[in-house]
Amino acid sequence: MGSAPTIHVETVDFVMLYIVGISVILLLGITVTMVYFVFKYNRKKGHKPVDIHGNIALEVIWIAIPTLLVLSMFYFGYTGFMEMRKVDKSAYTIQATARMWAWEFGYDNGLRSDTLYVPIDQTITLKLVSVDVNHSLFIPAFRIKEDVVMGKTNYLSFKAKETGAFDIACAEYCGLNHSMMYSKVIVMPKNEFDKWLNSQIEKDSLSTQDSTKTKDSSSIKNSLSSKDSPSGKN
Amino acid sequence: MINEAANPGEKSFYQVSTNKHTGILSWLLTVDHKRIGIMYLIAILSFFLVGVVIGLFMRWELMFPGKTIMEAQTYNTLFTLHGVIMIFLFIIPGLPAIFGNFFLPIQLGAKDVAFPRLNLLSFYIYVIGAILVLVSLFLPGGPIDTGWTFYIPYSIRTSTNVSMAIFAAFILGFSSILTGINFVTTVHRLRAPGMTWFRMPLFVWSTYATAWIQIIATPVIGITILLVIIERAFGVGIFDPALGGDPILFQHLFWIYSHPAVYIMILPAMGVVSEIIPTFSRRTIFGYKQIAYSSLAIAFVGYLVWAHHMFTSGMSDTSRWIFSLLTFIVALPSGVKIFNWVATMYKGSIDPQVPFLWVMSFIFLFSIGGLTGLVVGALATDVHLHDTYFVVAHFHYVMFGGTGTIFFAALHYWFPKMFGKMYNKRFAVISVVLFFIGFNMLYFPKFILGYMGMPRRYYDYLPEFASLQLVSTIGSWILAGAIFFVVGYLIHALYKGKKATANPWGGVTLEWHIASPPPMENFHEIPTITHEPYDFSQLKEMKYGE
Ligand code: HEM
Ligand SMILES: [Cu+2]
Repeated sequence: MGSAPTIHVETVDFVMLYIVGISVILLLGITVTMVYFVFKYNRKKGHKPVDIHGNIALEVIWIAIPTLLVLSMFYFGYTGFMEMRKVDKSAYTIQATARMWAWEFGYDNGLRSDTLYVPIDQTITLKLVSVDVNHSLFIPAFRIKEDVVMGKTNYLSFKAKETGAFDIACAEYCGLNHSMMYSKVIVMPKNEFDKWLNSQIEKDSLSTQDSTKTKDSSSIKNSLSSKDSPSGKN
Repeated sequence: MINEAANPGEKSFYQVSTNKHTGILSWLLTVDHKRIGIMYLIAILSFFLVGVVIGLFMRWELMFPGKTIMEAQTYNTLFTLHGVIMIFLFIIPGLPAIFGNFFLPIQLGAKDVAFPRLNLLSFYIYVIGAILVLVSLFLPGGPIDTGWTFYIPYSIRTSTNVSMAIFAAFILGFSSILTGINFVTTVHRLRAPGMTWFRMPLFVWSTYATAWIQIIATPVIGITILLVIIERAFGVGIFDPALGGDPILFQHLFWIYSHPAVYIMILPAMGVVSEIIPTFSRRTIFGYKQIAYSSLAIAFVGYLVWAHHMFTSGMSDTSRWIFSLLTFIVALPSGVKIFNWVATMYKGSIDPQVPFLWVMSFIFLFSIGGLTGLVVGALATDVHLHDTYFVVAHFHYVMFGGTGTIFFAALHYWFPKMFGKMYNKRFAVISVVLFFIGFNMLYFPKFILGYMGMPRRYYDYLPEFASLQLVSTIGSWILAGAIFFVVGYLIHALYKGKKATANPWGGVTLEWHIASPPPMENFHEIPTITHEPYDFSQLKEMKYGE
């Protein structure tokens, strides 16, 4: 799949296919056997039932094979996860701050933005900070998320290999407008990103104050974001 | 063994009061385990139906993107209530309190549980807890909106009635603990002569294992809840980071109870399956000891996997992989049970009556629930799927497709014994089929939605999720239709149903040896047990079918 936006997406999709593939075989095996027995040994056919108390060989087989299967699932899940967690030294760090109900991304030159702009082919590490309750930064297209917890700095890394715009959602319930806490990650070529980073510096202090209002609401019904004011809580 | 059923004109427990009262007080003050079981049935079934109706409203709201019928705050309140009712008032007490109370003593050959008065007390504690939940809805501040997991800091910040609602969960915990103590003691002390441990029916085994979890795990949630209440009331920093507390500690404590609680929900259901399959296959269970031991194994290793609910919480990567590994190991005993059940059908004489049909749909739905558990047990996939609709689908398949389906199986299996009436079997077959179709339509799309990236607890969603959300809502109508249909024909059967015989299915565990409905104190004479639990050669001695 050449079109995946990150390598990690291919890994996760593979682990998913692997586990679901085995599961479908097991599910079909169980279901077909059960339905077959119901017909084959139906009382209407008048068989005399046979009391079979158990069979050690069978029990050993059906504990051993599943054990091997689940260990392999564990292994792929583990390696796939570690791939996402290893961060190289060259990673570019951006601070992601969550508040009810908006995201804000802070760059090392002081720039802050409510949309996450990142360069392509560069490992990005998001430092995750919350100023109020738990949130979770979720980028479905990249198959990654990590909770954003107040008083604790978590991190999340990715490296995009395609340009484009992808949704960022909040995945940990955080109150009234949880479902509207969307933003976007915009992956751009390196030179464009640099241009963006530098040209935005002057506007910095103006654009960030009211980030809850400026969020990209095209994806969610406009009527909603305007109706529910975020001030109803606390 | 004496065949007690052949005793016409005998009075059932409905006709004999255990106290000096008659009428309603003979019920409200009863210490008879069967009457208490029936009172639980009425209460729990009512809450279940309330939960279903709330679920229907949630699905109605989610039918189209944007606002359909309610505001965001209302939706957030509803999914919290739905979760709290379904978990604390329906699925945790469900099978043990209703069918455990009614059948555990009978299956052991006892006249009652070990502590009949304590049993009544547990019932009233349950009622008080339930009333507190209801009261919390109407107090100023408004109904709780935290989700059933009450995660801090949100549950400290919100102005809704969190303290009252979680205090209700605290109270309900005591009901659960007392029931557990009662059942453990009953199993140890009140087995009839000859009822050795390995002659106990598997429903007894699994209820016994469950009782231990109830005793050991429930205090953890009690303590946690008290700490939250103290934190909210006095501003003591325990979990709230703003006061120097640790919100992740709350998640650990919460799941140290709530993960074992998953086994409180499922083990008794597994016990019921192990009763129904032999009865309708008319042969002994395959791997009796494996099933009994795996119940105990689940009860004791189920404590070691709580943190798999927290793979994205920011725990160290080491604890993540250790908990992932343990999760896969703990999945194995459940798999073994499924194989044993299917093997029990081999060379049986299968009569797929209504309870058996429910069990068949259980095996299918619960397998999907279990297998998708492997998907979220693996780290790489869970990081993507955690807190999405995939998880919502997974736990509904496990809890509802698993335990919920078996609630209906048990109801149809034991209904004639409990009430002495038979329901309309044709209606019953229609309802299983509708249930099965509706269930999959309601929840299967949620797996796909989850993988597409639809997070859970969302009042509104992106347009690309709309068509599957619509399918899911239509499924909820079919499913709810089936459920209300069941309730309808069962109530009808209470009044107009044909009289049930003592042993309509050809079962051999002790409840089928006594009259339907059973007499007060169950047995005239405590029976002496000479057979293993699923020895169908007894049917001859019992004069079955003559
Ligand atoms: C017709 C029946 C049911 C319907 C239509 C239904 C529907 C739903 C829906 C729409 C959600 C919210 C998903 C979300 O936005 O995150 C939900 C959550 C939930 N449901 Fe159900 N459900 C039903 C039955 C059950 C049963 C029988 C149980 C328990 C055995 C159950 C337990 C839960 C729990 C624990 C939650 C999570 C609540 C939370 O997020 O705090 N549901 N259900
Ligand atoms: Cu959030």
